[in-house]
Amino acid sequence: MKRVVSLTVNGREVEDIIPDNLLLIDYLRERRGLTGTKQGCDGGECGACTVLVNGRPRLSCVTLAASCAGAEVETVEAQAHGGRLSALQRAFHENLGAQCGFCTPGMIMTAEALLRDEPDPDEDRIREALGGNLCRCTGYVKIIRSVRAAAEELKA
Amino acid sequence: MTEVLPQFKIVTPDCVEAAIAALAGAPDARACAGGTDIVVALRKGLSETGTLVDLTGIAALRETATGADGGMVIGAGVTLAAIERMPEIGERYPAIARAAAAVAGPTHREVATLGGNLCLDTRCVYYNQSHWWRKSNDFCLKYRGDTCHVAPQGNRCRAAFSGDMAPALMAHGAEIEIAGPDGTRRLPLAEFYHEDGAAHLALNPGEIVVAAHLPPAGGVSDYAKIRVRGAIDFPLAGVAVATEPGSAGTTFRIAVTGTNSKPLLVDFPDALTGESNADAFFAAMQKAVQKAVSPQRTTTIAPHYRRLSVSALTARVARGLVGLAA
Ligand SMILES: Cc1cc2nc3c(=O)[nH]c(=O)nc-3n(C[C@H](O)[C@H](O)[C@H](O)COP(=O)(O)OP(=O)(O)OC[C@H]3O[C@@H](n4cnc5c(N)ncnc54)[C@H](O)[C@@H]3O)c2cc1C
Ligand code: SF4
Ligand code: FES
Ligand code: FES
Repeated sequence: MKRVVSLTVNGREVEDIIPDNLLLIDYLRERRGLTGTKQGCDGGECGACTVLVNGRPRLSCVTLAASCAGAEVETVEAQAHGGRLSALQRAFHENLGAQCGFCTPGMIMTAEALLRDEPDPDEDRIREALGGNLCRCTGYVKIIRSVRAAAEELKA
Repeated sequence: MTEVLPQFKIVTPDCVEAAIAALAGAPDARACAGGTDIVVALRKGLSETGTLVDLTGIAALRETATGADGGMVIGAGVTLAAIERMPEIGERYPAIARAAAAVAGPTHREVATLGGNLCLDTRCVYYNQSHWWRKSNDFCLKYRGDTCHVAPQGNRCRAAFSGDMAPALMAHGAEIEIAGPDGTRRLPLAEFYHEDGAAHLALNPGEIVVAAHLPPAGGVSDYAKIRVRGAIDFPLAGVAVATEPGSAGTTFRIAVTGTNSKPLLVDFPDALTGESNADAFFAAMQKAVQKAVSPQRTTTIAPHYRRLSVSALTARVARGLVGLAA
């Protein structure tokens, strides 16, 4: 079955015909061309696919696209504005929070939700919030440092 | 276009009655709440369905309330993130808040529900694998095959119940409320489960879990689990302990997960009093847990280790509740 679904993706209202069995990640990547969101595992284990749905972090690889009717979806593509990186993107870049970069979109979106909720999280809170996001490269230290750096920049 | 999931249609009932009608109307219909278990199962070919009944639009399932007896009623659709943060649960039923916070990762818990957790499928290293992995192993007794790779001589599936919430609710004496085509019924949570990894739930066709009912808490409680990865992982074994202060001393309600195909209430009626030898008391408790559980080769960690560690963990948690060092 298919249905007509209206939703907001990165601030733009869209209307699409969406099959019931389509996953949000495939909708975003293949229908909307938003390939920033990554698929890192075969379902629910790694956090690479994290996007925001109504401002909360969501694993797009275990979310049905049709269930996002009326929702506001944000992906990593919504971070940069007018060619300028977001505070989180800049912090990840400058603090070497990204190595291969595969986990980075999920890390950034999870961190984005955290910082909107708690603008000044300490290291423990950052660790907790990013607990479901796996990284095979950095050893996490630089990722945590990057989120702290973004929080500092946003405070300033 | 990638087609990762099999074909199905979604229905979105807005009340419990409509959900029951949708589930009862199609034999292969399946309920979906947060989807963090069922969507993964559909992806891996561990479940098939023609109709997915999305329960998230039913407002009644998302409610919590004070029970008639002064206890608490938690709707099946309440998310684990909400349970983890609800001050009333943290204060009165700490094991339940601790268990919720120990499920999967924070992003899962944003959508994962109590009902989905209580109805979580059983798990096994030979089962929670991709389709091609299982196919190359001729599948197994639980689904599409005829031999159990864990106990090839046996005729039942030993897959382990691995939900964190059930033991915490059981230690607090919870009852589960179920609604179906024949009306609603309530039973002690322990009776909701069977020791059969391929059919572990006492849920009839068309039935859904509506809520958990908690009596007022008498004492204190806690939950702890062992797992491979600290941040996100199913319990290799988990234990909830709640104290019950009485005139003849303190008794302990102990419930264990991850060791059997169902969560277990461990029978240990002894009371701890001022005269008890605490070390002997907790050693006896540890023995009782060791005897009650029967972990199988369903994880990469040896059953014997899981048996020993869950019993040690029980004693540690119980000692903590009465202010003794582990
Ligand atoms: C990486 C990963 C790690 C995980 N770690 C843990 C863990 O540590 N501990 C743990 O307990 N779980 C864990 N889980 C499993 C799962 O996320 C949780 O158990 C979650 O609570 C399931 O809830 P849900 O609402 O998402 O369930 P769903 O996936 O929506 O449903 C699960 C099952 O319950 C049925 N169901 C749902 N609601 C009802 C209802 N009201 N009545 C009847 N049937 C219903 C569905 O039909 C389905 O069979 C993990 C999952 C992943 C992917
Ligand atoms: S215990 Fe046996 S039948 Fe059950 S899932 Fe594992 S291998 Fe399959
Ligand atoms: S791709 Fe979604 S959790 Fe791994
Ligand atoms: S930077 Fe490579 S996985 Fe995290």
